[in-house]
Amino acid sequence: MRKILVLAALAAGIAGSAQAADITGAGATFPFPIYSKWAEAYKKETGTGLNYQSIGSGGGIRQIKAKTVAFGATDAPLKGADLTKDGLIQFPSVMGGIVPVVNIAGVEPGKLKLSGDVIAQIYMGDIKKWNDPKIASLNAGVTLPDANINPVYRSDGSGTTFQFTDYLSKVSSDWKSKIGNNTAVQWPVGIGGKGNEGVSASVKQVANSIGYVEYAYAKQNKLSHTLVKNADGNFPAPDDKSFQAAAANANWNEQPGFGISLNNQKGAEAWPITSATFILVHAKPEKPEEVQAALKFFDWAYKSGDKLASELDYVALPANVKDQVRNAWKGVTDPAGKPIF
Amino acid sequence: MTSIPGATPVVRKTPKAGFDAVFRNASFGAALLVLVLLAGIMASMVIGGWPAFREFGLGFITSSVWDTQNEQYGAWPAIVGTLSTALIALVIGVPLSLGIAVYLTQLAPAWFKKPVATAIELLAAVPSIIYGMWGLFVFVPLFAAYVQIPLSNIVEGMPIVGTVLYSRSPSGLGIFTAGIILAFMIVPFIASITRDMLEQIPSVLRESAYGIGATTWEVVRHVLVPQAGVSIIGAIMLGLGRALGETMAVTFVVGNANRLSASILDPGSTIASRIANEFNEALGLQLNALIALGCILFFVTFVVLVIARLLVARVKRY
Repeated sequence: MRKILVLAALAAGIAGSAQAADITGAGATFPFPIYSKWAEAYKKETGTGLNYQSIGSGGGIRQIKAKTVAFGATDAPLKGADLTKDGLIQFPSVMGGIVPVVNIAGVEPGKLKLSGDVIAQIYMGDIKKWNDPKIASLNAGVTLPDANINPVYRSDGSGTTFQFTDYLSKVSSDWKSKIGNNTAVQWPVGIGGKGNEGVSASVKQVANSIGYVEYAYAKQNKLSHTLVKNADGNFPAPDDKSFQAAAANANWNEQPGFGISLNNQKGAEAWPITSATFILVHAKPEKPEEVQAALKFFDWAYKSGDKLASELDYVALPANVKDQVRNAWKGVTDPAGKPIF
Repeated sequence: MTSIPGATPVVRKTPKAGFDAVFRNASFGAALLVLVLLAGIMASMVIGGWPAFREFGLGFITSSVWDTQNEQYGAWPAIVGTLSTALIALVIGVPLSLGIAVYLTQLAPAWFKKPVATAIELLAAVPSIIYGMWGLFVFVPLFAAYVQIPLSNIVEGMPIVGTVLYSRSPSGLGIFTAGIILAFMIVPFIASITRDMLEQIPSVLRESAYGIGATTWEVVRHVLVPQAGVSIIGAIMLGLGRALGETMAVTFVVGNANRLSASILDPGSTIASRIANEFNEALGLQLNALIALGCILFFVTFVVLVIARLLVARVKRY
């Protein structure tokens, strides 16, 4: 009898600690590196772990709708109507930039200048050669080869493609009407690489190619990035300063659930292809303690995670946006209607 | 019965009818399970893909548009890509495999047989993702530099040849590359099965042919191939099955373009590669369309197997 009691106590202990130890989340691949870094540091500090499955934004949305995780993560924000329909609350966690990368013999990183309209025409197949007058006029002093451009895109559905095509739709009406904006679109020309790895492998190997990847990825793999003309007509370098500049002027309350686009924001120093990645939680969760643990985790990340984020080339949210998010968390309530945060 | 002195007579017990019945029913159940599983898979694919079939009808198969933005889906480029990569794989892989099998069983010196046979079996055990990565990082750059770019320069502007072999983006990725990688992947299957079959042909058949003065070629052509014909076709069909459904390796090297191109060196996609690419992020009608694609792949494989059965039946008659 005593033995059974001990066993029962042990079992209860294991179950109890498992419940306290694991916050479950699933979704976007783009923020996976920073979420795992944060999770590591958070576990050291609090003993609470995070089990995050990077299955893609669509998967994250599916999982949170099916209530199999405490939070879902998506790069492409949900629209207000969808949030209301499914009883979800959405907030941004961290930001990053997308950079076009090229492989042209003799062109150094950061030397090639492009405008959004030119990028759109390249990816539509309207500009076919690197020495096209439209590219040459932006790049006085750079020798460009008389070679076909090989555009490379993400073949898998991805938040990166969503943000990239969102940017192109904003700067080119042709792009908007012909191709549009989604996690995967109908690319008229070019080759598709699976994942950031696939795109960067193709760009590295294929001469005269152009691709787009997350900035952190381009930097860590030493890909040759380009400069892109922003809404103010400048060519800022892609780095944490220019990403932050894009967020500084944005009106985050323009869309429900902070679901605004940071692409092509005004600001002399603003990097034109910047985006936030988002977290989804239920407003009236069935298991409030799990969501409470998740919110505590992100609260901690807002307070103490900025340095880790910048080490991985992500950009922290501006302080005022963090406060607005914490305010939005008050909408998450337990069954009795009491806010859990 | 004459009894041997000193030996204890063996008494056979009367078989228990009950055990026999249980055994028969258990094995019948096992066989039935296959049919039930197959029907279940088919049913769930049809149900999952139904919204796409209902929305687009026959157009789902014939249309070349794959536009997630406007929710328009057509499977034609993926079907063409699937069939053409598999066909290229067969055209390259089958003669290679048969050559290997015949050489190993008929011509190779004994010291050479063993290592080659082992190497082939090892190749069959390599996971497909390894073929994909090898293809992308090793084969594709070489293919682009030494074949595709020179070839594109030569054939540019030529009628017909220029259409089929010119590629606007000579990146090394494309339908043809995928076919070559698939050929590498199916050779071990076809070669090792064919080798086993050839080895099992009674040597008396071969010896009598040699005895009446046949050359090695004549023995292979008139004795071995007809004897092993059914099994060779079976081996090729296994290889074809793998080529049709192969996913990761193809996704790495096919170029993943959801459009039709007249050139076999241009990027394209297969049914399996498109599902691998888009399944994670798919929602709603796109998800239905992907399941419908899977349903079509199921159907294509089924048709191919039926054709194989008919072929085998024909060969058997000779």
